[in-house]
Amino acid sequence: MALRRFGAAAAVAAMVGSGASPAWAVTEIQWWHAMTGPNNDVVVKLANDFNASQGDYKIVPTFKGSYADTLNAGIAAFRAGNAPGIMQVFEVGTATMMAAKGAIKPVSDLMKEQGEKFDPQSYLPAITGYYSTAKGEMLSFPFNSSSMVMWANLDALKKAGIDAPPKTWPEVFADAKKLHATSPTCGFSSSWVTWGFIEQFSAWHNIPIGTKANGLDGFDTVLEFNNPLETKLLENLVELQKDKSYDYSGRTNTGEGRFTSGECALYMTSSAFYPNVKANAKFNYTAVPMPYFPDAKDAPQNSIIGGASLWVMGGKSKEEYKGIAKFFTFLSDTDRQVYLHEVSGYLPITKAAYDKTKASGFYEKNPILEVPLKELTNKPPTDNSRGLRFGGMVQMRDVWSEEIEAALAGKKSAKEALDAAVSRGNQMLRQFERTATK
Amino acid sequence: MENRAIFSGRLLACLLVFPQLAISLIFFYWPAAQALWQSFLVQDAFGLSTEFVWFENYVTLLKTPEYYHAIGTTFFFSLLVVFFSLAIGLLLAVMANRNIAGVQIYRTFLIIPYAVAPAVASVLFIFMFQPGLGMIARALQRNGIDWNPVLNGNHAMILIVIVAVWNQISYNFLFFLAGLQSIPKSVIEAAAIDGARPARRFWTIVFPLLSPTTFFLIVVNITYAFFNTLGIIDTATEGGPNGSTSTLVYKVFLDGKAGSDLGGSAAQSVILMIIVIGLTAIQFRYVEKKVHY
Repeated sequence: MALRRFGAAAAVAAMVGSGASPAWAVTEIQWWHAMTGPNNDVVVKLANDFNASQGDYKIVPTFKGSYADTLNAGIAAFRAGNAPGIMQVFEVGTATMMAAKGAIKPVSDLMKEQGEKFDPQSYLPAITGYYSTAKGEMLSFPFNSSSMVMWANLDALKKAGIDAPPKTWPEVFADAKKLHATSPTCGFSSSWVTWGFIEQFSAWHNIPIGTKANGLDGFDTVLEFNNPLETKLLENLVELQKDKSYDYSGRTNTGEGRFTSGECALYMTSSAFYPNVKANAKFNYTAVPMPYFPDAKDAPQNSIIGGASLWVMGGKSKEEYKGIAKFFTFLSDTDRQVYLHEVSGYLPITKAAYDKTKASGFYEKNPILEVPLKELTNKPPTDNSRGLRFGGMVQMRDVWSEEIEAALAGKKSAKEALDAAVSRGNQMLRQFERTATK
Repeated sequence: MENRAIFSGRLLACLLVFPQLAISLIFFYWPAAQALWQSFLVQDAFGLSTEFVWFENYVTLLKTPEYYHAIGTTFFFSLLVVFFSLAIGLLLAVMANRNIAGVQIYRTFLIIPYAVAPAVASVLFIFMFQPGLGMIARALQRNGIDWNPVLNGNHAMILIVIVAVWNQISYNFLFFLAGLQSIPKSVIEAAAIDGARPARRFWTIVFPLLSPTTFFLIVVNITYAFFNTLGIIDTATEGGPNGSTSTLVYKVFLDGKAGSDLGGSAAQSVILMIIVIGLTAIQFRYVEKKVHY
């Protein structure tokens, strides 16, 4: 009896070991990602659809926690010698990934080697630029992209006597003051403080964050965002923070509820906030492009993206690479991109998908979803607005946030805080450069 | 010397000690040695390039003003956490040690918070203290207190101290209660007959007789405040605002995880290890002398 049970268990184990799928030569490809909620469903659906569309490859998605957790899990797995085939990495992890030469396989190389049809020109440059080398070779495959917009509570604005959402920074400051009368705890606020006030702000005003095209042209980049325009922005925010006309909501997006609850009438955050607003806001709302200083020469330039891309890890078998290449072709399909864009609120990555969505009249019904696309494509990207690539960017954002917090709390002047953010950031860049170039 | 007669030969003794030694070696000494080795290296995140740099990581660290700030924060935070969690734990234990109806129920309820994981406790408190959303935060604001832990460092510190203390009270309560129950009733009764009031009885008899428990709890609570509050800080404040709640252990975690700077992170953990070893040694050397067993 005991022996028979053992036999059955062994048979089951053998079946599991050889893969439960009936097809014998199925190549499994691990896909580690950081998507939660409805976006997790999208990931699973994509994998299922791809697996159903052919019988040779099987994409296995695994949720690995937050973006930072996923990156760390991937790094640890690589060190232990069993990295996944595909890894989703957030935009600020780009420099870390590309510096790890033996650990990754550039997407453009992969597609060429596997003979997949791949035209870099068919992708939106504002999106792929962030994930490409200076020569335009795509390193990773953009997956979920968004940009920063300003959300406006139209009812609250009307109550404060404001007819339309502000377009420029001076208008934002004036409106925040007016809102203070009707909503004393918060007029205007924001999430992702460094992404909005340093990274997007610099691109939108066509001024550099660092030398060497914000690090895209080399790891020997030096930060230089402690410029007069940036100082002017921070000085104004510090002034408004005193009576909470502007009220800081933290480093990440944990404060977003302050917009949907109606507390803050103007709120700068990601365009990917849309599904949340749609579900929870009980007032008339809209999203408008980020404000700019009208006296800045090139403003508004174009915005940059946030979000994540898919990296292909190095040292995998030929079959796995073939499968990954086919999966990327599958993802680039116009109809699939249109569907993803409309269902998740993330941006389409190909020009064809954007055009098709536009032609279908979708944006007339959902104008908010086109705002980030209009920002990204406002002008052809320059060296200051193609993206940024600073090593150690994950922690650098924390350092910059610390300094902005010091200024907002009145512990340092705006200029002192920005100088400190630049010099502490440069130290981190030199440390990164040292390990990356060897 | 009599022991030798019971265990003949060293072999059996070694054999019996072996499991404990093996556990210590594998789970304590080996990782500690690894950290020490890593602290002499400069390495990229993926471990593709490694350079041996001797004490450079330490030198860099000791040149960073933020590091000294974190040392100060850690001691300040630990002092508050240890003091309040011991004081409140003792107070509750003294209360629950009386003969009142339903005392078992009170005791059980007082122990339950210990079963809540630090990170979960943090989330619960965030719900209450989040400006604009939390109940307590709104009550504070209605009463004219500008409660804002996202930007005010003191508020953030108060928040994590509350969570850390709340999470540890039960543990201290449990040990104090056991300590109180082991104090002979006759001694206290004798004092009562001599005319000592409850407060005097407590400070001259109960408190000194509790000193072994108190001493043990001080050691455990310092270690708790130094290390186990990582989850609380990570969920509640992420070390902010402006580094005002960034303790040493949180910096180790952050620099290693977000910064992928394993060498610097390892150097910090080695220093942290030395600090804690030093603290414990001082406690056993000087404080323990005052303990009556």
